Amino acid sequence: MLIVAQSQLAGAGYLVAAVLFILGIQGMTHPRTAVRGNLLGAVGMLVAVVVTVAQLGILPLGAALMAMLVGGATGYVLAVQVQMTQMPQLVALFNGFGGAASALVAGAEVVSQVPNEATPVGDTTMLAAGTAGLIGALTLTGSLVAAGKLQELPMFNRKFDWPALPSANIAIAAVAALFLLLMLAGSTWPFWPLALLACVLGVTLVMPIGGADMPVVISLLNSYSGLAAAAAGFVINNDVLIIAGSLVGASGLILTNIMCKAMNRSLAGVVFGKLEPTAGGPTADEVYEGKVKSTSADEVAMLLDGAQRVVIVPGYGMAVAQAQYSVRDLAIQLENRGSTVEYAIHPVAGRMPGHMNVLLAEADVPYEQLKTMEEINPTFSQVDVAIVLGANDVVNPVANTDPSSPIAGMPILEVDKARTVVVIKRSLSPGFAGIPNPLFAADNCLMYFGDGKQAMVDLVTAVKE
Amino acid sequence: MTTLTIFVLAIFVGFEIITKVPPTLHTPLMSGSNAISGITLVGAILAMKSDATRLAPTLGFIAIVLAMTNVVGGFFVTHRMLEMFRRKE
Repeated sequence: MLIVAQSQLAGAGYLVAAVLFILGIQGMTHPRTAVRGNLLGAVGMLVAVVVTVAQLGILPLGAALMAMLVGGATGYVLAVQVQMTQMPQLVALFNGFGGAASALVAGAEVVSQVPNEATPVGDTTMLAAGTAGLIGALTLTGSLVAAGKLQELPMFNRKFDWPALPSANIAIAAVAALFLLLMLAGSTWPFWPLALLACVLGVTLVMPIGGADMPVVISLLNSYSGLAAAAAGFVINNDVLIIAGSLVGASGLILTNIMCKAMNRSLAGVVFGKLEPTAGGPTADEVYEGKVKSTSADEVAMLLDGAQRVVIVPGYGMAVAQAQYSVRDLAIQLENRGSTVEYAIHPVAGRMPGHMNVLLAEADVPYEQLKTMEEINPTFSQVDVAIVLGANDVVNPVANTDPSSPIAGMPILEVDKARTVVVIKRSLSPGFAGIPNPLFAADNCLMYFGDGKQAMVDLVTAVKE
Repeated sequence: MTTLTIFVLAIFVGFEIITKVPPTLHTPLMSGSNAISGITLVGAILAMKSDATRLAPTLGFIAIVLAMTNVVGGFFVTHRMLEMFRRKE
């Protein structure tokens, strides 16, 4: 085994790092302290790395520093160049890298095992190694597939409909469990086939999951990258890995839970189930026929002219159209005329938790104006104009009215209660749930057909005139 | 069994703090905590030290590259996002 004697200095350094990680995440509880929190986390990491490097001999030091340089430069370039709309795929990619690194750390420990050693390693160490390999490898391929889907690479967005897939997944999981048991019994060889199976499982589990479920998938993979690090910590008996890893594991699990609740779906439902329109539901023609009112920029501008309170509801469509700056321009125009403008943000709007908030923050929208669903829903009846931009299922009143609908029970933004609703959308095409939205045919709803960004730009011009 | 104790306690601490993070900061929370999960970098560096086989340091080398990308990229991108939230103060 690796002789990892934690010197007292290193132990103290790891303790400092762990405390800094906790304080750092605590800083994230408010936008004012969050920058400092992130810096504290980075300092914690620096301390942990420095005390670790100090334990290295001369020989591997150069190689280690070179590897750090390569990785550090890659990470920096990715972080500086990424657009805010691409944040979900970047986070997915980083999750995958972290998971892979943890699997490799466990692998390095496994190959360092000397057979028939006089003091055999506890069997739980091998179980931890197997677990780190399993979760880490699954996180790697699962995250790569998720990132590919988010980047809308064609090969990841093909229909992946193989009826035997669930059974195949169960079979793979069963063999993986068997390998884990063998490792618990003290064998080291099952580590590699186990990691390979986990790689396959990551692909087959994430491939069938659709775009709108990505917030759940990313949160879960985030949690896994932490749990893999914690498992690697058990392998090499290192406290700071266990503490930091379990913090991240907990964080990812909480976010996963929030995302599932916001869709009224179970985790198993998202991972294994499919969202299909119920056969008995009304067709688009029945819902929309003769009831949809189309509008223009000038008409909406007139509406907004007399509006006291305006709420903007952004969805993934805003991110796709890169319309966040035009949205901010419109809000500033309206505020200059004395209206109040707020943003209603559904927890699963976008492709990862908090995605819309980041895009709006990028466009200099003050975070005080970003309202959660719980904050804004009771007040929609006092809203003069609600502008829905690129959102569909999260404002579909069917969730509250039709118990047989596939989105029944999903908490929605109740924009239908506003005096007037303006929906900016390219067409009447359904959202991810594949069902028509009666909101579009409601008496108080006007449809503004067009590209999100162009529509916003035209609206700003019309309001100025 | 002390490591197991630490594991359980850390999960409790995590749940306590993270439930207090507002939804507005969920994306930076995820990228920032993701950077912290790159702590496996420590394990990767230690793997370089193994002299039992030549394979372990090689795996360690790859692991350092991956973990370091995760750490540096994660902290920088989180910083970029959080600065955007702070600007309006």
